[in-house]
Amino acid sequence: MTSNNYPTLPPPEKDLNESEEAKRYYSASQFQLIWWRFKKRRIAKIGALVLIIMALSGLFAEFFGPYTGTTRVSESVLVAPQIPRFCNSEGCTLRPFVPSTISKRNPETLRMETKVDPSVRRDIYFFVEGEPYELLGFFPMNTHLFGVEEGTIHIFGTDSLGRDLYTRTLIATRTSLSIGIIGVIIAFILALIIGGAAGYFGGWIDYVIQRLTEIVRVIPVIPLYMGLAAAFPKEWSSSQVYFAMTLILALVGWPTLARRIRGKLLSLRGEDYVIAANLAGASPSRIIGRHLLPAFSSYIIVDLVISFPYMLLSETALSFVGLGLRPPTVSWGVLLQDAQTVRAIEQAPWLFIPALFVVVAVLSFTVLGDGLRDAADPYQV
Amino acid sequence: MSDTLLEIKDLKVHFPIRNDSLFGGVENYVKAVDGVSFHIEKGETLGLVGESGSGKTTIGRSILRAIEPTGGKVTFNVDDESIDLSQLSDKEMRKFRKHLQLIFQDPYSSLNPRMTVRDIIAEPLVAQKLAKGKEVDERVQEAAALCKLNVEFLRRFPHAFSGGQRQRIGIARALVSNPQFIVCDESVSALDVSIQAEILNLLMDLQEKLGFTYLFIAHDLSVVAHISKRVAVMYLGQFVELAPTKSLFHAPKHPYTEALMSAIPEVNPDIAMTPVELKGEIPSPINPPSGCRFHTRCTYTQDICKIKEPVWKEVEPGHFASCHFVDTLNLQGVEMSSPAKSPLTGKN
Repeated sequence: MTSNNYPTLPPPEKDLNESEEAKRYYSASQFQLIWWRFKKRRIAKIGALVLIIMALSGLFAEFFGPYTGTTRVSESVLVAPQIPRFCNSEGCTLRPFVPSTISKRNPETLRMETKVDPSVRRDIYFFVEGEPYELLGFFPMNTHLFGVEEGTIHIFGTDSLGRDLYTRTLIATRTSLSIGIIGVIIAFILALIIGGAAGYFGGWIDYVIQRLTEIVRVIPVIPLYMGLAAAFPKEWSSSQVYFAMTLILALVGWPTLARRIRGKLLSLRGEDYVIAANLAGASPSRIIGRHLLPAFSSYIIVDLVISFPYMLLSETALSFVGLGLRPPTVSWGVLLQDAQTVRAIEQAPWLFIPALFVVVAVLSFTVLGDGLRDAADPYQV
Repeated sequence: MSDTLLEIKDLKVHFPIRNDSLFGGVENYVKAVDGVSFHIEKGETLGLVGESGSGKTTIGRSILRAIEPTGGKVTFNVDDESIDLSQLSDKEMRKFRKHLQLIFQDPYSSLNPRMTVRDIIAEPLVAQKLAKGKEVDERVQEAAALCKLNVEFLRRFPHAFSGGQRQRIGIARALVSNPQFIVCDESVSALDVSIQAEILNLLMDLQEKLGFTYLFIAHDLSVVAHISKRVAVMYLGQFVELAPTKSLFHAPKHPYTEALMSAIPEVNPDIAMTPVELKGEIPSPINPPSGCRFHTRCTYTQDICKIKEPVWKEVEPGHFASCHFVDTLNLQGVEMSSPAKSPLTGKN
């Protein structure tokens, strides 16, 4: 079309009497629309907030915790949670404190028993200097968010070796969330390649990939995990086991994602606007990059968020039964191993606190995924 | 203006039906288009009508090679050259696409909801690298102005628009690369009647200004009569009749055309309608009836129709039909005034 073809340009249809709000809506991009709809979902927002807090406290676990997680205090074994308070029999102060505890061996049962001594205050100070650690593994620091000057503070109590459960739970949050994230990313890359090939090429490639996916899906998960975990050499270091675990989770997790990606691609390939792009002379790579991928990016994000809880639960379950991560690595599942015995239920119920974290994390991911899914398709009216 | 722009010879589109075995052996074919020949002159509008499933859309898309034809030749005359589209490689075809465009039926699914109107209209220019930088914006604005779209609209996304506006965006996209030939695939059937008129008039204005050639596919006869110079009637993958609009409506030569004409609603309620009723459904294109494909539903059918396939012949100058009894049947047409003065527009 060359410009000399048109004698005059016709005047615009009519004056647009539109409010600013309407204009903003009309020129809103896909992600703006999703965001606007997401913002209306309060529960999903709470889920997102909880996850952000969890991720941050995991990332800076050594700063938020008063100890480093491996320090043993032999006098304070299986100390019950010490809850900060402001008042005791001598009156109230603005500064929170925890009452002192005394551990004594019971002469009859020979068990360690802790008793609270409410008369001795251990004042809590903020930004105190304590055990040295490396923030994010790089920056040597010794400042902790809170601590006490004398004695000990264990707001979640301690385990049977006298380690601070609060710090260890935060460190476990980091391990478990990161294993989930890496697992999901590996599974997603596998799914994108495999499902993408099946969906885009179709035909016999699709057929072969589909049958392969079905074979992977029908293998019972627990025996598969057990077999794979048993294959880890005992002499592997904990970080090697860690990466092997992410790989196992990914290898079991990809088929579901691959199917969704394939299905979405198949349905998109036949869309009129994809045909229109083809007729406009767009090359296959342009069609994939400019039309197909943006069309399902929102679905992919939702799918990823929804598949997180499965990864978390798998890791926790495997570590709990002793097939996954092993001490000294700290994860939710590893922490819960300590809570397996009847003795723990009876004497130290606070060892179950990491399970609360699992529940809260899975719930948060679920409500966040739900909210995102509802918001993700702004064009479905 | 009697130059031939497009010459279609024996076009065939067969879709394989695969069985469930591992490598999908072919069991049979759906013969969606089965040997169709016609030509389109430069600057004219050829209407194409037929029932659902008769293969209208497949013809349009296979000319553009959105669907690969199984056989036949599509010769396109452009810049004093004759190019056989079916011989072009995918890459050559992509370069050639600027001459050919399609306006879709559904204005909702044919616009990418994730792109702004400006990007949608610019897609042919950008994808084929026909323009760069500022020129893209200039040409997009020109195309939008021709389709009476406000410049303000270009920054918006398709979700902001009504069906008629979306269809005008689709038209702007089709004309931005300055094509010679545009297939309008039921382009107005998804719209309200008042909007239909607006879009039809826009298409006709553009044809006048820019000299487009249209293949106008529709099932609404009054719409086709309004816009087309010649009309082809399709039944089960084949043409049964092709004639200048007036002659086809006034004096149809094929019983199927007569049945279609009799189904046009009469505007005057006092005139009793006597529609020719067709028995049953359109037969399956997998196993079309022997002989004349229409014989299972034809009111005039005789023994010869079941055995022998009728020939495609020129009954009058420019009026083609394929029926054994073209010369003997006396078929009822409609008064040209009723479809031409359709309630769609005041215009003639």
